[in-house]
Amino acid sequence: MEKELPRHADLVDERLVYWHFMAALIFMGASMLGGLLMALQLLRLNPFSGIELLSPGRWRMIHTNAIAYGFIANAFLGGLQWIVPRLTLHKVYNPKIPGLNIGLSWAIFWAWQLVVTATAVGLLLGQAQAVEWGETPIWIDPVAQLGLLLVAINYIPPIAKVEGPLYVSLWYFLAAFVWTFLTYAMGNFMPQYFVTGTAAGAVGGLFIHDLVGLFVTPLGWGLMYYFVPILLKKPIWSHGLSLVGFWGLAFFYPLQGIHHFLYTPIPMFLQYGAVISTIALELVVASVIFNFHATLRGSTGALTTNLPIRWFYSGMFYYFLTCLQCAFQVTLTFQQLIHFSDWVVGHAHMVMFGVFIMWQLGMMTYLIPRLLKTPWYSQRLLEWHYWLSFVGIGLMSFDLIILGIFQGLSWSSLLPWEHSLDLSIPFWAVRTVAGLLMIAGYLVFVVNVVQTYLTSRPAPQKAAVATA
Amino acid sequence: MLESKVGVLFIAGIGFFGLAFLSNALVPALMYRDLPEQTVEQLLRNNGNLRFQFEDLARRFPDSFTAAYGHPPEGAAEREKWLDTWSQHALQLGHDVYVGEACWHCHSQFVRPVSNEDRRFGPVSKTEEYQNVLQRPVLFGTRRVGPDLSREGGRRSNDWHAVHFFKPTILSIGSPMPEYPWLFNGAADKPNAKGLALITYVQWLGSWLESYPYYEDYQPSPIHGLAEKGKDQK
Ligand code: HEC
Repeated sequence: MEKELPRHADLVDERLVYWHFMAALIFMGASMLGGLLMALQLLRLNPFSGIELLSPGRWRMIHTNAIAYGFIANAFLGGLQWIVPRLTLHKVYNPKIPGLNIGLSWAIFWAWQLVVTATAVGLLLGQAQAVEWGETPIWIDPVAQLGLLLVAINYIPPIAKVEGPLYVSLWYFLAAFVWTFLTYAMGNFMPQYFVTGTAAGAVGGLFIHDLVGLFVTPLGWGLMYYFVPILLKKPIWSHGLSLVGFWGLAFFYPLQGIHHFLYTPIPMFLQYGAVISTIALELVVASVIFNFHATLRGSTGALTTNLPIRWFYSGMFYYFLTCLQCAFQVTLTFQQLIHFSDWVVGHAHMVMFGVFIMWQLGMMTYLIPRLLKTPWYSQRLLEWHYWLSFVGIGLMSFDLIILGIFQGLSWSSLLPWEHSLDLSIPFWAVRTVAGLLMIAGYLVFVVNVVQTYLTSRPAPQKAAVATA
Repeated sequence: MLESKVGVLFIAGIGFFGLAFLSNALVPALMYRDLPEQTVEQLLRNNGNLRFQFEDLARRFPDSFTAAYGHPPEGAAEREKWLDTWSQHALQLGHDVYVGEACWHCHSQFVRPVSNEDRRFGPVSKTEEYQNVLQRPVLFGTRRVGPDLSREGGRRSNDWHAVHFFKPTILSIGSPMPEYPWLFNGAADKPNAKGLALITYVQWLGSWLESYPYYEDYQPSPIHGLAEKGKDQK
C-alpha cells in the first residue's frame, strides 16, 4: 500500500470524546442521588419526605433514565467517537450543520444532553410515560428518536466505507445503530398510540429487553472486542466463536421480550417461546465468555497490573453470573417465586452496573489520561474507585437477589403484606450501604478526573501519546 | 455474508429484529384485534360501583369536591350527566397521577395464576380487563414493594385512602410508601382535585368485577356464632 495511514489527530475529535465522558459522569451523579433517595425511602429514612419535587417515585425514574440515557449512552457515544474512526480509518460523517457553526457530532452531543435533561425535568414535573425504561415524556420521544437517527447517520458512513469483511466490533456497532433506532421507536410509540392492554404489555416487555440486549449489549461487546486485544496485545482467541457470539445474540436476544411478563394474560405459547430462546442464548453467552477468557490465557497477570483490563474482565465475570442467573430465573418455576421481588432488581443492577458500566468505567480509565495527555492524578484513587465499585455492586446484587427469594416465600405463603416489608428492612439497609460504597467510588473517581484535568491545564500540550 | 455490511445490516439488524417483532409483538396484537378498546366513557357506563364511590367522595369531602368540580346542576338528568362527566375526568386524571408519581413501579396490576395470588388478591387477571385506554401503555408493573392494586377498588374506604395518601404511616405503621401531601390542601380531609382523582382511580381498579370488593381469603370469625350472624345480615 502506497497510501499513508491517516493520523489519529485528524480522525478523532478528542474534546468530544472527553466531553461525552464528562456529561456521562454528571448524569451518573444524578442517577445515584435518585437511587439513594429511593433506598432511604424504603428504609423510612427519607429526609425530604413530603416535598413534591423530591418525590421518591419520580426520582426512581430519574435514577433509571439518567443511567441508561445519560451515563450509558453518553459513554458509548464518546467511545464510538474514539473507536469507529480508528478502526475504519475514516472520519465520522460529521457534516456541518447549516446555520450553526458546529458539525453533526457536536450537534448530537448537545441534542442528547438536552434530551436527557428535558427527560429529567419532565419526570420531576410528573409527566412520565408509563413505559418502564422509557418514561421519557411523550413530547420528548420524537426528539430522542431523531437523535438516534442522527447517530446512525453520523457513524454508519465510515463503517460503510470499509472494504471487505468487517472487524467484530463493527458488526456489533452497525447492528446496534439499526436496533437502537427500531427499539426506541417500537417501545415508545407502539404502546402509546397503536396497541393497548395485553399486546402493549408484550411490546413493553420486548422494549425493556431489547434496550438492554440490542442497544447496550452490542455496543458493550463492541468495546470489548476493540479494547481487550489492544490492551493484551494479542488477537481474540477464536474468530469462529466471535461469529457464534454475534449471530447467536442477533437471533436469540430479540425473541425473548415476553419473558418479562410471564404468567400475564399474554398467550402461553408466546411465553414458552420466550423462555426457550432465553435459555438458548445462555449457551451463546457462554461461548463469548469462553472466547475472552481463552484470550486472557497466558496474560492473567494483566488483571493485577492493568486496571482497564481488570475492569473489563470483572464486568465479564458479572456478565457470566447474571446470564447464568437469567437461565434459571426465566423458567416458570423460578418465576412463581421471584417475580415482582427484589431478585429482579438485584439482577438489573448486576447487568447494568456490574457489566456495562464497569466496562465503560474501564474504558474511561484507559482513555481519559490519553485525552488529557496527562497521567492519572492518582493511581491509588483509581484502585479505590475500582474496589469500591466492584465490592459495592457485588454486595448489592447478592443482597437483593437473596432478599427476593425471601419476599417471594413470604407472599406465596399468604402472610400479611407487612411481613414481607419487615423482613426486607435489614436487606434494604445492606443495599443502602452497598449503594453508598458505589457512590463513594464515584466521588473518588470524579475527584481524580478533576485533579487530572487541572494538572493537564497549565502544561502546554505534548505530542500525542495515544497513537498506539 | 456473516461478516459483511449487508449481512449485518439487513439480516441481523433489520431481519432478526423484524422476526422477533412479528412473533413477540404483532402476534398478540393480531390475536386481540377483535377485542375493542374501551374509552373512559365506555368504562364508566353502568359502572355502579365507581359511581357510588364518586358520590361518596362528594359526601365525605364536600368542600374539596365543590372546589374541584363546582356545584351540581339542578334536575336529575342534568345531575347524572354532570356526575358522568366529572367521574370520567377524575378517572383519567387519577390515572395520570398514578403514572406520573410512579405508583406503578411499586404496585403491580395483574394477578397471576400461581403462588396463591388469587387467594391473596382476587380473580386472576384476564386479557379483556386491559383492553381500555387507561391501559395504554399497560400498567402491569414489574415490582411489588406494595401489594397488587388491580383488585383494590372497594377494599378500603375513601377516607382510608385519603389518610393513607396523605401519610401512609398513620394507617400502616412503618410503611415505606412515600407521602403525597401535595395531593391535599394541608390536611388529610382536604384532598385537592388530583387527590380526589387518584382516589377515584384506585377505587375503579377491579370495580368491573362481580366479586368486587374482594381481597385476601375471607376468614370466618373465630368467635363462635359471629360468622353465622354476619351471614344472616347480608
Ligand atoms: C416505595 C414504593 C411505593 C410507592 C412509590 C407507592 N406505594 Fe403504595 N404501598 C406501598 C407499600 C409498601 C404498601 C403497603 C403498606 C401500606 O399499606 O402502606 C402500599 C400500600 C398501598 C395501598 C393500600 C393497599 C391495601 O389495600 O392494603 C394503596 C391503595 C396504594 N399503596 C396506592 C399507591 C398509589 C396510588 C401510589 C402512587 C401515588 C403508591 N401507592 C405509591 C409502596 C409504595
